[in-house]
Parts: sequence; C-alpha cells; structure tokens
Amino acid sequence: MQKKSLSARKNNLSNPAEQLKYLSNGIFGAGELPLFQDKAEKTGAFPLKPKKLEILQINLGYMCNQVCSHCHVDAGPDRKEIMTRETMQLCLDVIKKSEAHTLDLTGGAPEMNPNFRWFVEEASKAGIRDFIVRSNLTIIVANKKYYDLPQFFKKHNIHVVSSLPFYKREKTDRQRGSGVFDKSIEALKMLNAAGYGKKDSGLKLDLVYNPAGAFLPTNQQAMERDFKKALKQDFDIDFNELFCITNLPISRFLEYLIASENYEDYMTALVEAFNPAAFQNVMCTNTLSVSWDGWLYDCDFNQMLSLKVDSKSQHLKDFEPQLLQKREIRTSQHCYGCTAGAGSSCQGSVI
Amino acid sequence: MSKTYYDPADLKKFGKISEWDEELGSKFFDYYNSVFEEGALTAREKSLIALAVSHVVQCPYCIDAYTKDGLERGIEKEEMMEAIHVGAAIKGGATLVHGVQMMNKYNKLSM
Repeated sequence: MQKKSLSARKNNLSNPAEQLKYLSNGIFGAGELPLFQDKAEKTGAFPLKPKKLEILQINLGYMCNQVCSHCHVDAGPDRKEIMTRETMQLCLDVIKKSEAHTLDLTGGAPEMNPNFRWFVEEASKAGIRDFIVRSNLTIIVANKKYYDLPQFFKKHNIHVVSSLPFYKREKTDRQRGSGVFDKSIEALKMLNAAGYGKKDSGLKLDLVYNPAGAFLPTNQQAMERDFKKALKQDFDIDFNELFCITNLPISRFLEYLIASENYEDYMTALVEAFNPAAFQNVMCTNTLSVSWDGWLYDCDFNQMLSLKVDSKSQHLKDFEPQLLQKREIRTSQHCYGCTAGAGSSCQGSVI
Repeated sequence: MSKTYYDPADLKKFGKISEWDEELGSKFFDYYNSVFEEGALTAREKSLIALAVSHVVQCPYCIDAYTKDGLERGIEKEEMMEAIHVGAAIKGGATLVHGVQMMNKYNKLSM
C-alpha cells in the first residue's frame, strides 16, 4: 500500500489534466464505450442544470492522517493545502447569502484544519440547520487534542458521517491502511458513548460504505442490514444509516484501476449500469463544492479534476446565487460513477 | 475464431442468445432474474448457492460473475470458500456413493 499521495510521488495522475485525458481517450476515445454526454443526452435532460441549492460542501483541505488507496482527493499527511481563516470568513458570508440549509464539511480530514472548531462555531451562529462533518474516524483517536471531538460535535449538534469501508478488519485495512479498523471501532465507541447513533438521542451517526476493489456497491438496504448486525454483534456499536458510495475513477482509485488492469472492465460496468433515474437525482444538482482556496465546483469530484463551475461566479469572492443557478453542470466520463445502478452521492444511493 | 473455447469477453454477450430466439431467450432471462430476487432466501444466500453451483458445473463465466456478485454483496472470501467446499463435498459424495452400486454389482456377480 502507498504511504504517499500521488502528488508527493510526482505521479503523472496527480495532474487533473492527465486524468481527464485518460478518461476521454482509450475505450472512450476509440468509441467502444459512449461518452457520458452522449449517454446522458438520450435521457433528454442534458445539459444538466442546477435545481435549488441545498448543500454547501466545503473542503477544508487535503491534509489527512490516512493515505487510503481509493481516495479521489489524493489526500494524505503530505498534502499542505489547507483553508485559511480568511477563506472561511468568505464561506460564512456566502452561507448568509445563499439558501443552502446544509453545510457539509469534508477534506482530507476536516478536523485537522487548525481553524476547524472556530469555523464550526461561527457557522453554527450563522443558522445552518443541518451540519455535516465527514470524519474518517481514526482522527478522533490519532492525538490527544482530538479526543474530545465527539463532545465538540455533540455541542453543535453536528451530523457525523464516517467512512467505514467494511465491518471486518481485513478489507478495511487493505483499503485504508493497517490498524485503521481497530482505531475506527474505538472512535465509533467514543461516538456512541457521547450518544451518537443511539436511539432518541437526536445525534446522527451515519456510516459510508464503499467497495474495497474494482466492483460496484450493491443494494444499500441489504448492506445496511449486514453492517448493523455485524457491528452490533461483534462490537456493540450502533449507527443510524449506511450510505453506499461508488468509487469514482479519479486520483488514487484511477491509479489502482490502471495498475490492476481493471480500468476497462470497471468503466464498462459503470456505463452498463447507467440509470436514467439516478441521472435525474445526481447530487451536483443541489450541491455546490468549495475548495480550500475558495473556488466553486459542481461537486467534490469536479474539484479534484479542476473543473470549476461554468459561470462568471467562480469564486467565493464573487458569489452570485442567480448567476450560478443559470449555469450548466460540467461533466466527463467520471460522472458515470454517480449514475450507475441506484446512483451514488455523498448521501448514498439517490433512488 | 478464438483459439480457446472460453473468452472472458463472451460473458458480456450472454444476452445475445435472445437474438437467435427472442421468445425462448426472453423467457429464460425473465425466469433467471426472478430466481435471484429476494424471497424466502435472501439475494445474498442465493448468490452463495450460485457460486457453489458454478464450481460444481465448472462454468468459468459463472465463477467470474458470482465472485464479483459476492464481492458486491459484501460476501467474504471465507464464506465463498466454504460454499465451494459444500459443492465439492456433494460432488465428491456423489462419486463415492456410486461405490455402493459398484459393491452391489460386484457382490452379485461374484461367487
């Protein structure tokens, strides 16, 4: 397993333009598989237009304590891109201006941003209704200074969404690194002890499953049933919902697909599973993604591919909700990842 | 023509068998899809049965398909291997139980 990001390894795929080239050439360039645009046009709903903005997803930085092999962000301890307090202030201004009711904090490990707690406190004051933090769990037990995170989350009634690729040690550690499973279980116990995931506590703890390999996720309900049973039986852990997320062929997952010679089969599986109903509900229609340096994107995936919103309002500094509402959402072949089967989004299946 | 009897790419062409007989092909695939729906058995249990049978009938397409299906359903490798042993045990047992027929015949023909 790699211990460094693509960026630190100076790998070609750390360059978004190279990734986009890869996603447009090969089987797509040769016409063996249809381009996303061609497939989407057949639904009659292309180009994609935004619906009402509901979620502002803010990437607080690419720094992370883990180097997961599927990470589309190419996050890791060697990534230094971190949102400054000034940019956070711009986010707060935008929160007040926009109609979004959900603030979704992601990274890297968002908690590693030195201004994370300040930002949460300020955003709470700005009147956000649903406040999501995407936690990798292990950060909670990584250092003494993070041990009180469950209490901090509780204080601000934060909805915690945590990655746990599987309910067994082997698959989790293979994807996320040795020892990650045990630390994740420890962190989940701390969250449960604070009331998270417990009946009637009002403190929401959702888990995210994503496949540990070159295959697609299956029925979310069946997987949730298995997760709940196994985590309760083996560790007495409770949680609310399980979100199944499809791995998108970006950054390190793309690297893995190519290196393991699974790229063509995986893309074929995504294309064959294209579901017009999932296409109608893709998350980019109600979400805006903000990068650590304040640029706006249709989603976190487009952010990693440097595909800024197709609008004159491209940065927090010139945030214009009406202008953004008129934009066309930018797509490429990676979008097949969100439209396969029951669809995939940061909130799990979309149908 | 391919120089081997089996080509992994042919699995994707399975649906094409309907092109030469639409009615029977459709009936088969409708039946096939219904069989694998959740019922008294879960889809997960059915996937494991399919994996075991795939090995017993030694169908390389089915083995590829149901290993992937199992991974997608979160079936673990230990469960997959146990399922295959069930298939192997039945197949081995089916061979051995015919030993009784051999013994019967031997005894009948022998003084």
